[in-house]
Amino acid sequence: MLAATDAAPVPTDVSDAPRQLAPSLALTDRLFHNGARVIGLTMLAIVGSIGVFLAIQSVPTLRHYGLRFFTEHEWQPRQDVLGISAVLVGTLCVALVALTVAFPLALGTALFISEYAPARLRGTLVSLVDLMAAVPSIVYGMWGLFLLQPHAAEVAHWLHRNLGFLPFFAVHADPDAPVWDWVQSQYTASAFIAGLAVSMMVIPMACAVMREVFMQAPVGEREAALALGSTKWGMIRTVVLPFGRGGIIGGTMLSLGRALGETIAVVLIISPSFEIKARILEFGTTTVSSLIAGRFGEASDAQLSALLTAGFVLFLITLLVNTLASIVVNRSRSGAATEI
Amino acid sequence: MSTAGLEVERPRELRPRTLDDVLSLLGAAVGAFALVWLLYEWILPLHGVLGFVICWYLAFLGCYAVVTGAANPRTVVLDRVIAAAVHAAAAVVGIALLSTVAFIFLRGWRPLLHLNMFADDMAGVRPQDPFNRGGVLHAIVGSLIEVGIAIAITLPLGFGTAVFLTEVGGRLARVVRTVVEAMTALPSIVAGLFIYTLLIVTLHFPRSGFAASLAITVMMLPIAARAADVVLRVVPGGLREAGLALGATHWRTVWHVVLPTARPGLATALILAVARGVGETAPVLLTSGASTYLNGDPLHYTMNSLPLFILSAVRSGEPAYVERGFGAASILVALVLLLFVAARRLARLKGRRS
Repeated sequence: MLAATDAAPVPTDVSDAPRQLAPSLALTDRLFHNGARVIGLTMLAIVGSIGVFLAIQSVPTLRHYGLRFFTEHEWQPRQDVLGISAVLVGTLCVALVALTVAFPLALGTALFISEYAPARLRGTLVSLVDLMAAVPSIVYGMWGLFLLQPHAAEVAHWLHRNLGFLPFFAVHADPDAPVWDWVQSQYTASAFIAGLAVSMMVIPMACAVMREVFMQAPVGEREAALALGSTKWGMIRTVVLPFGRGGIIGGTMLSLGRALGETIAVVLIISPSFEIKARILEFGTTTVSSLIAGRFGEASDAQLSALLTAGFVLFLITLLVNTLASIVVNRSRSGAATEI
Repeated sequence: MSTAGLEVERPRELRPRTLDDVLSLLGAAVGAFALVWLLYEWILPLHGVLGFVICWYLAFLGCYAVVTGAANPRTVVLDRVIAAAVHAAAAVVGIALLSTVAFIFLRGWRPLLHLNMFADDMAGVRPQDPFNRGGVLHAIVGSLIEVGIAIAITLPLGFGTAVFLTEVGGRLARVVRTVVEAMTALPSIVAGLFIYTLLIVTLHFPRSGFAASLAITVMMLPIAARAADVVLRVVPGGLREAGLALGATHWRTVWHVVLPTARPGLATALILAVARGVGETAPVLLTSGASTYLNGDPLHYTMNSLPLFILSAVRSGEPAYVERGFGAASILVALVLLLFVAARRLARLKGRRS
């Protein structure tokens, strides 16, 4: 009781609320934040306007041709017959060939760098793969056209003669014709050879993503597998590959996105043909990007709009593929943020 | 306890490979070679070097599995065969890269012996003219000007966006990041077609180096912004907090702590984006036109660049001109290699510092 009377009278009207912390930033910081915001908005405006521009430009084409634009396979502006079905099939063929070749090679190379290569060689190998990604695509196109094509045509000839009953290895040409030069020419400029050249561009991309994920596989689990007596492959199969599944799928899809949009290597190698076909070994095919590269110069306004629509469709496809890839990569176990 | 006893107890040498392993590998390789030689060259009507190598490798895998299987359980056989396959995949990729670079230099070294290749342009030179006339100076200068302008736009805008995304953040940043990531999917030819339609067809701007550099910029911007964003996000949060806790303003923390820490990574990101931009042909093809003479003015008249020159030379079909194209490709590859080595040096600098 005594203590209560001695104590200073507590002013009841003043509450014990914390002091107001006004987050008033310094002038430089406000300038900095707003400046950064302006830069971000500029970037958004530039980059976003491309998508919007493409979408707007494709409206007249879609209104004029309607759904026929997606089903028609001819591209004859003079007769007002335009469509991208053959082009899309060709694009898909080239990309799938590239992926079929690139996937095992990229996976093997990634495993080699992360598991089999001596530790002191690893850094060099990683930069070699990065260098491969930096080599210009026209150089791979020249490599495919001048160095690879004669050899690849022989392989294509063999595949056709022995596995020609498979629909995608069929070729509308006689494999046993007497003049070899003519026979060989039937197997050049095909989706198969273009796909091989594109695969060179795609391998480093897929390999880099896969290797990154494989290297993050937890050491404890690796050692546990080895200590239980598994072979190296057993360890890879039970620890590294399950851990890296997200990276494998994501890396492959990212490279699919790149393969779909590749232009110059394909333009150099193929010769255009507007026929819906999955016969990848046969002379002639076409892709969306090579269509644009070949036809933009002579195009009238309406055709330009059609080309832009084709480009927009290509962009939407790569966008879809890339988005799925990044979702897969982000969901996998790896890829945590760095903090200290 | 004699010294002799200690010598006996020396640990057994642990080797991943025994003599047996090495010999079965070599034996399988030689045996498969002989078998395929016999079948491929003499019995079956086949030909071609590439086919021979493929058949040899497949036969080798089969032989190796059988030889290993004679002395080892199935698990070990599988392990060995897969190791052989993985090594082969890496070797194929290595050979492909090496053959690409070597092939370009082997076909292109002859024009490079003439100094006028670096000091002259192609004005008035016919495609079939000998190598002591004309050169690719106009293409080199064009490439440098176009990429220079592209860097001047990409550097502040791309890196500024990355700073905005990582340092300022907020709802707007999330939108910007999503859009930028989406736009990295833009195929380079579509970027070129965008500039072509907007600038040249709609606004009647002439085909020029500036239009080409804008097309390269449009292609490079999302790539550079995203790469820089990744680099800045890796800067440890503790460093930022230390700067702020010492009483520095946010701006000073970014300028004196975050950016210097990330400098090597940012330089690497920029150089790799430049290497990509310098070698990209598709956007340039649509926007710059191809001059045969030296043009240092990006705003007027057409301009040539290395990838464009290479493309027209290679497609000409004229042997001397094609070889000139290979010479130009050698210069381009050397340029990319140079940029790449510089990027690696910077990256290693970072490793030494931390």
